[in-house]
Amino acid sequence: MKRLEFSFSGTGGQGVILLGVIMAETAINEGLNALQSQCYGPEARGGASRCEVIISDEEIYFPKVQNPNYVLCLSQAAANKYAVNLKEEAVLILDDRIELNAEPGTSNIYYLPILDTARNEIGKEITANIVSLGILQEITKLFSKEAMITSVLHRVPKGTEAINTAAIEAGVQLVKQWHEKKS
Amino acid sequence: MENKALLMQGNEACVRGALYAGMKFYSGYPITPSTEIAELSAEYLPTVGGTFIQMEDEIAGIAAAIGASIAGKKSMTATSGPGFTLKQENLGYAVMAEIPLVIVDVQRGGPSTGLPTQSAQGDVMQAKWGTHGDSAIIALSPNSVTETFYLTVRAFNLAEKYRTPVILLTDEVIGHAREKIFLPEAGEIETFDRLGPLEDRPYIPYGVEEGDIVPRFAPFGTGHRYNITGLFHNEQGFPSNSQENAQIMLQRIHDKLNGEDIIDFESLYCDDAEYVFLSYGSTSRSAIAAVNQLRKEGYKVGLFRPITIWPSPEKQIKELASRVGEICVAEMNLGQYFLEVQRLACGDTKVSHMGRANGDILVPEEFVARAKEYFNER
Amino acid sequence: MSDRSQLVDKYFRVDNLPHIWCPGCSHGIVTRALTKAIDELDLDPDKIVIVSGIGCSSRAAGYLNFNTLHTTHGRAIAYATGIKLANPELHVIVITGDGDASAIGGNHLIHACRRNIDLTVMIFNNNIYGMTGGQYSPTTPHTALGTTAPYGNIDRPFDLVRLVEGAGATYIARGTAYHTLQLTGYMKKAIAHKGLSVVEAISSCPTYYGRKNRIGDAVGMMQWMKDTFVEKRAYDRLDEEKRIGKVPFGEFVNIQAPEYTAVLAEITKRVEGRL
Repeated sequence: MKRLEFSFSGTGGQGVILLGVIMAETAINEGLNALQSQCYGPEARGGASRCEVIISDEEIYFPKVQNPNYVLCLSQAAANKYAVNLKEEAVLILDDRIELNAEPGTSNIYYLPILDTARNEIGKEITANIVSLGILQEITKLFSKEAMITSVLHRVPKGTEAINTAAIEAGVQLVKQWHEKKS
Repeated sequence: MENKALLMQGNEACVRGALYAGMKFYSGYPITPSTEIAELSAEYLPTVGGTFIQMEDEIAGIAAAIGASIAGKKSMTATSGPGFTLKQENLGYAVMAEIPLVIVDVQRGGPSTGLPTQSAQGDVMQAKWGTHGDSAIIALSPNSVTETFYLTVRAFNLAEKYRTPVILLTDEVIGHAREKIFLPEAGEIETFDRLGPLEDRPYIPYGVEEGDIVPRFAPFGTGHRYNITGLFHNEQGFPSNSQENAQIMLQRIHDKLNGEDIIDFESLYCDDAEYVFLSYGSTSRSAIAAVNQLRKEGYKVGLFRPITIWPSPEKQIKELASRVGEICVAEMNLGQYFLEVQRLACGDTKVSHMGRANGDILVPEEFVARAKEYFNER
Repeated sequence: MSDRSQLVDKYFRVDNLPHIWCPGCSHGIVTRALTKAIDELDLDPDKIVIVSGIGCSSRAAGYLNFNTLHTTHGRAIAYATGIKLANPELHVIVITGDGDASAIGGNHLIHACRRNIDLTVMIFNNNIYGMTGGQYSPTTPHTALGTTAPYGNIDRPFDLVRLVEGAGATYIARGTAYHTLQLTGYMKKAIAHKGLSVVEAISSCPTYYGRKNRIGDAVGMMQWMKDTFVEKRAYDRLDEEKRIGKVPFGEFVNIQAPEYTAVLAEITKRVEGRL
């Protein structure tokens, strides 16, 4: 498997860093190499937050994401900054409230109601990052859904297992529905 | 039990390594991007019977750590650029009084408050020359999360063995990145404890026993009442104004760091290389990626990576300079280790520099382009 | 054998004497009072650590036959904090001066008080930077002369007792080199106190302070201490007018509060082995 680069961005507090941590952890549990990093300002809440993940079955040397294969944005500000200058084959995943102000460089775009699903279907907006993991699992098919759920449950607080599992499921379904709608 | 692969942040690997080495005391002051080291020390230390304290400032952070070491505990403090500067006076004290101590500097952009959340390698010369006077120092520079763990253990071992402060010079990229790591089992890698007084003879606090490298260490409170001072002192630890004594004492403090086991480096494809990158810390990862790619394309390039950056691997760099066409020093600053390599190459080969100080690390493409430029012009 | 030589033989490193202090300096008297206090408490000298900073008073550490640590300027309390935390069974006594403790080391002083960590801080207050040659310190009185205050000190001085009281010290006393009997008593109580204790020992620097400010030589400065410092209870009874020019000495605070290393030990006991 060649090096894959991921860029996850949103507003501080949306949990995009945890999203990246779980993604990387799942890769490691599956015997791959992974590197996760983040760039952020001084604020823990609000402000743009970006998390990077690199996954490969080879050694990962250069530790930064330059040309992401997968870009996921949960806020308008994040999309304005990070959903640009992508390579042609990149996959862009956007919350469906986001409007692209500039040409992203790729036409592989998913508009999915990530925040709405977290808030209305799962009942907690903070699960948007876990819904996103379900989405990434279904799009990339890098790991099994079970592997993803295992590492999610390892990282989330006790007592929240059910809603987090549901959040993964919901993410998977969003992608399936998107594909059905397209075909 | 089989070792499990863990996803771990560089700063956490530092704390895990410190605990593995036997750290029992941490004192420090919050500063980005090193703060996770304090937070995790606060969480873990009491669970192993150790002590964490957040002091009132950076200076107190290192001072309390030196105090705890004098009372016999393996101690550590961590900081970043501005805090590292504040610690310099007492770092010199630890050099002079020969107190084992580990100081972590997770480098960020500077000077001044600079770029607190972004990376740099601008404290390389500060690590070497930051404190006043003719001090001698050991500084180690990891380039991965796994190496952060092992070099932290090594930093403690060297500090204990040579009775000296040891600097772990990491940076924001390595400190904050999470990577795969397999932690060693207890006992799997060697840990070293400072040697205590010999029982069959009177204790001479600053006298070196035959066959030893450094004076033996009696922790305060163990029955050997002696004096420790930052003044030049005689073998009994008492202040001495003797110029002869001062010269001998300082020379010994310098000479003890000539130990062959202190130097550590990685040499990648250097044997037949014509063009060599010299890089350390996070920057070296871009260099490795580039060198691997260039080799595939048939270019005779290599990478020399000092892991012990102070004292520098003099012998190896001199040898390299005697036979390669060019050494390009790549670092996240505007030319610091470059000066050291220039000094060592001493005109034997061209030494060039590739640097950046905007918070971002050099990318492999820049290395590739630089090397190709050399081969095209040749 | 006189009481004095007994103390010297028992607690001083006689090979390191004579000391560096000027003739007439009161630091020797204050240091002797400290050894007397230690002697009366009958403490194990192996378990006593003296930590000092930089300055004339801080040189006392080297003359005392305990575990002695002569640190950097202002940082003695921070070093002492590390020692105490690493080995709470030790009696850790800080010897510091007015400049060392309240100027360059002022931050460590107030934070140690706030933590109520079991250290004893002896501040040898001679109102001047002696070792560097008579510059004004944070306790030099307003209008007094110093080599850096040739036209009179503009600064207002710290009242060290009130400073450390505000910061939370749980035992506070002020004594003088003239009233040695009382000073020894305060030092005894301070060392025995569980928590952060401060003894401000009024000392004298005839060389730089006394001479410059026309207070006089060693004898003149002793006279000044005798005339200026009034035992606290007597001072409290004085009319407002009669208090002018007088300074109270005595015990100002003596309270019990949770001590840092004790609280830490409880936490450690609770969480040890958890991870």
